Amino acid sequence: MNNSDYDIIVIGGGPGGYVAAIRASQLGMSVALIEDKHLGGICLNWGCIPTKALLRASEIKHMLDNVGEFGFSVSNIKIDINNITKRSRKVADQLSTGISHLLKKNKVKVFDGFAQLEKGTPNLKTVKVKTQDSDIVIKAKNVIIATGARSRNLPFVSSDGKNIWDYKTAMTPTELPKSITVIGSGAIGVEFASFYNDLGVKVTVVEALPSILPNEDEDISKIVETNFVKRGIDIKTNTTLKAVKMFDKNISAEILCDGNVETIISEKLILAIGIIANTENVGLEKFNIKMDNGHIITNEWLETDEKGIFAIGDVTEGPWLAHKASHEGTLCVEKIAGYKNLKPIEKTSIPGCTYCRPQVASIGLTEKKAKSKNLKVKIGKFPFLGNGKAIAMGDSEGLIKTIFDEDTGELIGAHMVGPEVTELIQGFSIAKKLETTEHELMHTIFPHPTLSESMHESVLDAYNQAIHY
Amino acid sequence: MSLNILMPALSPTMEEGTLSKWLVKEGDIVTSGDLIAEIETDKATMEVESIDDGTIGKILVNEGQESIKVNEPIAILLLEGETLSDIESMHEAKLPEVTKNLDKIENKPKIDISSKEMAKIELVTDKNIEPVKQNKTRIFVSPLAKRLAKQRNIDLSLISGSGANGRILKNDIENFNNNKNLLQSEITLNNNKSELVKNSSMRKTIAERLVQSKNEAPHFYLSLDCNIDQLLKIRSLINLKSNDQYKISVNDMIIKAASSTLIKVPQANASWENENTRYFKNTDISVAVAIDGGLITPIIKNVQSKGLLEISEDMKILANKAKSGKLLPEEYIGGSFSISNLGMYGIKEFSAVINPPQGAILAVGSGEKRPIVINDQITIANMMTVTLSCDHRVVDGAVGAEFLSVFKDFIENPSLMLL
Repeated sequence: MNNSDYDIIVIGGGPGGYVAAIRASQLGMSVALIEDKHLGGICLNWGCIPTKALLRASEIKHMLDNVGEFGFSVSNIKIDINNITKRSRKVADQLSTGISHLLKKNKVKVFDGFAQLEKGTPNLKTVKVKTQDSDIVIKAKNVIIATGARSRNLPFVSSDGKNIWDYKTAMTPTELPKSITVIGSGAIGVEFASFYNDLGVKVTVVEALPSILPNEDEDISKIVETNFVKRGIDIKTNTTLKAVKMFDKNISAEILCDGNVETIISEKLILAIGIIANTENVGLEKFNIKMDNGHIITNEWLETDEKGIFAIGDVTEGPWLAHKASHEGTLCVEKIAGYKNLKPIEKTSIPGCTYCRPQVASIGLTEKKAKSKNLKVKIGKFPFLGNGKAIAMGDSEGLIKTIFDEDTGELIGAHMVGPEVTELIQGFSIAKKLETTEHELMHTIFPHPTLSESMHESVLDAYNQAIHY
Repeated sequence: MSLNILMPALSPTMEEGTLSKWLVKEGDIVTSGDLIAEIETDKATMEVESIDDGTIGKILVNEGQESIKVNEPIAILLLEGETLSDIESMHEAKLPEVTKNLDKIENKPKIDISSKEMAKIELVTDKNIEPVKQNKTRIFVSPLAKRLAKQRNIDLSLISGSGANGRILKNDIENFNNNKNLLQSEITLNNNKSELVKNSSMRKTIAERLVQSKNEAPHFYLSLDCNIDQLLKIRSLINLKSNDQYKISVNDMIIKAASSTLIKVPQANASWENENTRYFKNTDISVAVAIDGGLITPIIKNVQSKGLLEISEDMKILANKAKSGKLLPEEYIGGSFSISNLGMYGIKEFSAVINPPQGAILAVGSGEKRPIVINDQITIANMMTVTLSCDHRVVDGAVGAEFLSVFKDFIENPSLMLL
């Protein structure tokens, strides 16, 4: 057995863990990182990144279908799903190798194995790493748990990799099915729905809540829904999945839709109903670590009730987003390093992006939430139809909605749907972080002609000063 | 052209004051020399006279308003032939926008207001007419926090920001309010058992200066017992001849002894001024006087060239002025050394807090009969314990010890003071 001492041991090499490890190393700490599958975590290997590669392919397909408008004619378009998948895997591999280099460059000791916390002393945490060959015990003053999460199954139906897919199998199809039923319409659900629809698959989306993308502002969800329906996607809201049966080579999904039992027949079924945290076999039960609904509870500095044990990312409370995990990684390491003037993460300052077509991006409170908090609001809306760049691009469907506190002028929410809005939202993130009011946003000069002008117009509209609408 | 009556600087160090009482109301006709208001400074309450003839057009600050910055307009004086409506258009610039008025002030050669007593200080304030502008350091604040502060009438300078470089954020404004609410709720809770007394400007000044002293000056303390038999004897002799014309107190003699000691030990007659140490040639002795609601230290100046009679008379006048709040700033600001005497309360000995920037303070206990040993014989003598508090930055242990030993010599052999 080999005894090593580190300042920090990070368990998990996803966007939370590897960022924490690199930041800790930058601050002069000695760091060990333990990863049992692939550096970069789900995000990079089986989430954010490979799905963006897929969605780029379906976006190109959509363009090809509409090149006539731009003066081209293309015929005989063939879809090679294997090459689409292959490119997606290549992108993921390239980035995963990149993380390996980054960790090496930053002198982070990486262990390939499964980590388990042992009952050490309060000041020296002990972690057992099960590698292929042997068990290694390493010790450190602080441990960061960044084990992430995986997709959730239903009690009566689990992904089997054949007909019932989770995100992993859904992003590595060997052939295109004729029809797919997507259960759940969060970001993952609508991205797959959009992808497969653009590739010509008949898609049905089942959502238990009254609207798809239920966490987004209603105006935004509605626009996505209208777009989806127009493209031939079947949307079943207020609908729950009751049972799944194999029917011939197809799946028969029994659903309860507004009180009526219906059946959807499709070739494949994608489960996208949320995640569960990876907390098993980590050794948490040996410590005073509290859980809520399967997720680890921490204080605002990401420390659990056990001093010196931190948890970040998807294993903790939501929102379950890579950039939240990364920021938590940096924050908790800087806290360990004794940084002053740190600020806990404010959930209303975490932007969220969905890469379906049309894209969705948002930050802060929705109109409904703002009103439920009894805030008096001023709301601005600007459609991309009024934006020159969007029209020139031939992509003018969408809306930017801004919500201000009427009393203070605080930007309390921004919600966008339309072309490249996932790239635009950071403007409002910065505005929120710097605590700008409508005044500064209104007096900021936005470049012309850009999509971002719509952000400006939306702000102006909240105060009845929009020019182009 | 109407005149702004400005908050006068009643002492060179005064930055703000409280308008404790208006003696005129809007519409009153005043002539030069009329008393118009009472202003409470950190040390005293003073009356303010008008130097111009005219009509009080508008009163800009309410009675009791605190922390009015020097040179902030407190009222508008209409000159002959002017009416209130003349000024209303011009005076959209009200209280907070002092800077707007600065130009006008700068163009005016005379100060709008003064008191006869303040004649000397006027020269100083005249040059200082711009402090509002100069004191403004940049406050980093987010636009949202700035707006919230404005809406809630919160002075941003009171808030320390939690953002990068101390930038004030929304939360800081909200926490500021919360703290205030917390304080208020605590007060209501305790209402039955306590009484809340607003701190006067003087209390705040005492608090500020003493905290500063204890925080900044490394204090150490030296004590010595003095036999005052001789001193008491000589005092009786002197007073016996007075025909009730005067009455020299023990304290007067202590002041004289301290002065004589400082002349012999000039290293103790000093003050700390960070880059420099100032050694005083004169002995200006600050004497602590308890007054209603606090204490003040009027100064007996040039004690080294004064006899006991003069010291005694000075002390009487200054103590009376102090008790009626009539001390002029130059009568209590400055001084090279302090004496605090609690002997009349029967206090045996105590250590006092240094009066910054002075280097030392002498705490005097009561004179009492104690058994002492002289030539291996126990005898009874009148003894008095004195304790010297020294600021170690200025006065080292040996200097402090020398001071006390010389002081003891003067007290026990008062005739030496005649030299």
